Amino acid sequence: MDMFDLSLIWAVIIAFGVIMYVLMDGFDLGLGILFPFAPDEDARDVMMNSVAPVWDGNETWLVLGGAGLIGAFPLVYSILLPAMYIGVFLMLAGLIFRGVAFEFRFKSRRTRTWWNAAFAGGSFVAAFAQGAVVGAYIEGFETANRVFTGGPLDWLTPFSVITGLGLVAGYALLGATWLVLKSEGHVREWARGLVPRLLVGVVVVFAIVSLWTPWIDPGVWERWFDHIQVIWLLPALALACVVGVYTANRKGRELLAFLLTLGMFVFTYLGLLVSRWPYVIPPDYTLWEAASAPASQFFLLVGVLFVVPIILTYTAWSYWVFRGKVRVGEGYH
Amino acid sequence: MALDPILLSRLQFAFVVSFHAIFPVFTIGLASYIAVLQGLYVTTGNRVWDRLGLFWTKVFAVVFGMGVVSGIVMAFQFGTNWSNFSQMAANFIGPMLSYEVVTAFFLEAGFLGVLLFGRHRVSPAVHFFAALMVAVGTFISAFWILATNSWMQTPQGFEIREGVIHVTSWVEAIFNPSFPYRFTHMALAAFLTGGFVVTGVSAWFLLRGRDVDAHKRALSMTLWLLLILTPLQAYVGDEHGLNTLEHQPEKIAAMEGNWETQSNVPLLLFALPDRDLQANRFEIGIPNGASLILRHDPDGVVPGLDQLEPAQQPPVWITFFSFRVMVGLGLLMIAFAVAGLVLRKGGRVYRSRWFLRGLQGMSLAPFVAVVAGWFVTETGRSPWLIYGVLDYADAITPSLSGGMVLFTLLGYIVVYAVIFYAGVYYLCKVIRQGLDERDETDELDSHDRPARPMSAAHVPFDDERDDRAPSRS
Repeated sequence: MDMFDLSLIWAVIIAFGVIMYVLMDGFDLGLGILFPFAPDEDARDVMMNSVAPVWDGNETWLVLGGAGLIGAFPLVYSILLPAMYIGVFLMLAGLIFRGVAFEFRFKSRRTRTWWNAAFAGGSFVAAFAQGAVVGAYIEGFETANRVFTGGPLDWLTPFSVITGLGLVAGYALLGATWLVLKSEGHVREWARGLVPRLLVGVVVVFAIVSLWTPWIDPGVWERWFDHIQVIWLLPALALACVVGVYTANRKGRELLAFLLTLGMFVFTYLGLLVSRWPYVIPPDYTLWEAASAPASQFFLLVGVLFVVPIILTYTAWSYWVFRGKVRVGEGYH
Repeated sequence: MALDPILLSRLQFAFVVSFHAIFPVFTIGLASYIAVLQGLYVTTGNRVWDRLGLFWTKVFAVVFGMGVVSGIVMAFQFGTNWSNFSQMAANFIGPMLSYEVVTAFFLEAGFLGVLLFGRHRVSPAVHFFAALMVAVGTFISAFWILATNSWMQTPQGFEIREGVIHVTSWVEAIFNPSFPYRFTHMALAAFLTGGFVVTGVSAWFLLRGRDVDAHKRALSMTLWLLLILTPLQAYVGDEHGLNTLEHQPEKIAAMEGNWETQSNVPLLLFALPDRDLQANRFEIGIPNGASLILRHDPDGVVPGLDQLEPAQQPPVWITFFSFRVMVGLGLLMIAFAVAGLVLRKGGRVYRSRWFLRGLQGMSLAPFVAVVAGWFVTETGRSPWLIYGVLDYADAITPSLSGGMVLFTLLGYIVVYAVIFYAGVYYLCKVIRQGLDERDETDELDSHDRPARPMSAAHVPFDDERDDRAPSRS
């Protein structure tokens, strides 16, 4: 056991789980955000059908992340959740409403507008809350003696509102490029037209966050301006992806556009990670200080290493089964 | 009155977990019943078992879906409201809860899909195997959760270093003293819940003369099961009580409404406990009853609440009355199971209207009993969150204010009220539709996918005709 840095392994597993969640639940939350703006009810059917077979599997990464966190980094769990108390509630309520809407919208006629509203509202709130978590996380938490000591709305700052709205825009972009990939006809054209506009929104937020972040903490400033210049590659790659998404979308290369949107998320995520590494509760605690006992990390690692490959295989299989376009009037009713 | 974050957090946890627990307790029992039905289909080849299996699988799908949706909150509650507890106990509870998630994943990824959607894609034997694995999987999930809870009631296999719990023996910690009793008690409760819902629904169909042959079979086999399980549960419950007496005597004192540690303690049928008086204002009891049950001796000494400072005592009212509700319903269940046996003579069990109506009503009894039972065990350990190690006041999130908890408590009540209404309403529609003559799953199979459990139900949520009161039958 001593040969491996278990905390480091766990940090990689959880970082992987988080980005898997963001990428996979991101596009179906994005479709929910775009839901009210859809041209017609047929388009909404297509949107929901395009993710209906997979959304539930996407959300499971969140549960695995939450449970993994208390198992491997309890300090993160016991500081982040109290600090984000109201935000966590909003996120859960949002996810519950949109989950139930998934189940019942297809089965309803008379109450369909209500389920539409639950789907859109739930998706927006959940996405905003998640984005605000990112912002609050970068800004850091007020702690003393391994306990959160701040107030209930400390997480809601101008910066976290911007990251919240940024993630809403980012998810909407993911949703739009996914929809271009999965639809045809007027739905596809509508989604394609959205991409450039959403890109503008994402780039604006990206710029604000990038310029703002180094000023939050001297540690972050040093990280970006004093040390390793090679990390500048990450925002550069993210911006290259933005240009790529725009061009690919214009040329109608739908798969490339979607993949480059994913790339944009990955590079931005890595950029945020290096800003704060190895602090998992900025500005006070590193990942080693937040870790649970090695015996506990090891006990849990056995099960997780066993099940994660199965989940990945299963996920890949279900995307393969449901590959291809979703047509209007097709799918589950 | 100032808002007390501890009391409100306890209320919130009680609300969220009670709401969530009624779904798994049902699905655990039902999963085993479905496995039995599919097993009978494989061995006898009689289509009626398969039809019953399909019907109950639809019900299972909806309830499982509700359980998943309502369960997400639980994974975060420990951190949001009980962060000091999370931090102190994470080395044990973290892996336990994560293993539950891992089990659920594995179950969902592997076998649930085959059970829900594979009816026409795999052979009946493989389908039966999937049903069996789902049933086993629900028990493994329950295993982790109950091991965690039991450890909090009777902790062992750990040491505390710098205020943090470190596991010294996983086997000792998981198989702690109250775990085998709690697990058996809960497993039987799950079977009873599944059993009484099946008999209640079968009775509903028999009263309406729909699919009489199939529902007669379901009713008959389930009543045999209940005849064995209801008395067995009483026995296991008694053993669980003796285990509690050994490890958590104050809880027994609260359950029995016994204020003084003494011999010849009566078994109270009814009483009005009064904390200020430190006595009961009124009581009806069987002399020496509690001493006999707990010590098998009329002169046996039963612990009383006087062993604790009044401020430390559990909320006696809740523990005392919840216990009586649970036991009362348990006795009623035994009565119904025995009545079922008596009425078999001449086949009156399928015709007696009062009995069938009674069974319909009894389908709710196990849910109430289960929630009441959890109230007993959770309030009775007060003020300890981890018995003898950590109390509520030290376990709570320090930054929490009463207003914050009240806000989210009301929020969860609203969210869950909507889900519960929609879910139960939909469940009633699924049940009312009854056993399908035409099987719709064939044509729809290609668009369904295992991870969306409720889509296996294939019943519309509403329709144009049904635009008045949703409770209309």
